[in-house]
Amino acid sequence: MVIDQKKMQSLSDRMVEAEVKGRSPWADARRRFFRNRAAMLGLTILVLVTLFALFGGALAQWSNEELDFSVMGRVAELGAPSLANGHYFGTDNLGRDLYARTVQGTQISLMVGIVGAAIAVIVGTLYGATAGYVGGRTDQIMMRAVDILMSIPYMFVLILLLVMFGRSMSMLFLGIGLISWLDMSRIVRGQTLSLKNREFVEAARATGVSSFRIIIRHIVPNLLGVVAVYATLLVPLMILTESFISFLGLGVQEPLTSWGALISEGAGTMNYGTLWQLAFPLFFFVITLFGFFFVGDGLRDALDPKER
Amino acid sequence: MFGYVLRRLAVAIPTLLLLIVFSFILMSLAPGGPFTGERALPPAVLANLEAQYGLNEPLWRQIWNYVWNIVVHFDFGPSFVYPDRSVNELIAAGFPVTLTYGALSFLVAVVLGVSLGIVAAIWHNSWLDYLAVGVSIGAQVLPNFVMAPLLVLVFTLWYRLLPGGGWSFNDPSFWIMPVIALSTSYMASIARITRSSMLEVLGSNHIRTARAKGMPEHRVILRHALKPAMLPVISYLGPVFVSMITGSVVIDIYFSTGGIGKAFVDSALNRDYAVMMGVTILVGALTILFNLLVDVLYAWIDPKIRY
Repeated sequence: MVIDQKKMQSLSDRMVEAEVKGRSPWADARRRFFRNRAAMLGLTILVLVTLFALFGGALAQWSNEELDFSVMGRVAELGAPSLANGHYFGTDNLGRDLYARTVQGTQISLMVGIVGAAIAVIVGTLYGATAGYVGGRTDQIMMRAVDILMSIPYMFVLILLLVMFGRSMSMLFLGIGLISWLDMSRIVRGQTLSLKNREFVEAARATGVSSFRIIIRHIVPNLLGVVAVYATLLVPLMILTESFISFLGLGVQEPLTSWGALISEGAGTMNYGTLWQLAFPLFFFVITLFGFFFVGDGLRDALDPKER
Repeated sequence: MFGYVLRRLAVAIPTLLLLIVFSFILMSLAPGGPFTGERALPPAVLANLEAQYGLNEPLWRQIWNYVWNIVVHFDFGPSFVYPDRSVNELIAAGFPVTLTYGALSFLVAVVLGVSLGIVAAIWHNSWLDYLAVGVSIGAQVLPNFVMAPLLVLVFTLWYRLLPGGGWSFNDPSFWIMPVIALSTSYMASIARITRSSMLEVLGSNHIRTARAKGMPEHRVILRHALKPAMLPVISYLGPVFVSMITGSVVIDIYFSTGGIGKAFVDSALNRDYAVMMGVTILVGALTILFNLLVDVLYAWIDPKIRY
């Protein structure tokens, strides 16, 4: 009888190991996430787009503010994408390099998405956790306020804010952040309600930890899974919001630009046969949204196995 | 039921008043009034103008007048930039257009989305299901401001089938592209929600019982599965309504349909606060009213809700 050396080796290895290592829920989730093909595709896209935003500028042969006078006025014939004159994505209607503009727009759109989501996460988590943990009348008043704010058509109010207080980047962040935490706070409150009667919270309270510290040290870390999933899904929504406002011409101002503004410019000029001005920003916009949605869905599936 | 509606109204009306007061205070806080232009006006002229629009009175008095005029006379006051036009006229001119294509889009999104979701759930894991899921994932990343240029590109510039903009109440060919552009992404979301809730309901015990007693499949679906499966969809209708009203701004701008969105963006660019506030408040009122309707509908369908 021939004994398969390899199998024996693996058996002995197995016997040497003291016991089967338990898998933590996080490791389990990570395994499920990495097995999800759509999520991995989304992650790859996001990494590539981020690299493009960070280092794409180094490849540009023109700056985003420079006008190429040789194509000016004849953009439809001469401004098309070409490697020869260094305009990889062509030029926009004023003769600016669209590649450099797209890099800049990608940076700003991603930044708005991430900062907006970050504000929403911080404010929403603290608000929701406080309301849920304190409970009683405070909770009722706080959540009633959220209900009222949610029934307001926020895009109109946001534009109102932007027009009245000036269309600066910080105002845009503030405005987007102000409205985006509402859903977050509801989700977090629900989760907190189910956490606050657990033993570890009770133990903390019994040893005299203050409410604020309990929220920060014990409640919030346990909300991380829900918050992470929701934050990933929030980033594309923030990008959509900003693009919407910029599409209307009420968002970021020149010389800054964003995907929404670029799409708007491209859509305005496609009549003249300069389709690349629409195609390149639109491509980046669409694949990034896809990426975020796939990763968000994948994270949710990975962290919540019973949903599958 | 009647009591429930009354109680909900009791919350809705203060909310609306709060919105009015909030936007009014915002306006008064904003740096630079409506009359600060590139050239500074002589103080006497400015005082006269402010007196004419009632801006010289104390803030609480201004708010009181504003709210009073809206509630009692349904009068949103004059436009600050075009003295011969009132906010009411601007809204009255645009609102029927917005309402027409908005209602159509809403209908299209709900009917198509729900049907798509149900079909996908019934033939789960068939090619129909994959098609529906594919369509809804694809449409998710095509918001109205992306759909609008793409539609114009294909149907106006390439195939020359439809007019690229403008509006006519008599010619439905003007309506097609606004409706498609506005409804696509919401149709996709509704289809996704319907599909997953229908799948959940179809796996539940009462459906198994209905099948076990030999009920024909179409009756199982129409009588027993549809109603509970619709609950998540109904609670999603409120947000859809809000986003569609918001999206109508893009439609009005891109297709030059002349709805209230146009008035809103024009006034935003002109800093015509009176018009902006008028539109915001009107939209807010519609939203609150619609949410109320949705809640009542929900309570009516879901027997578990006690009111």
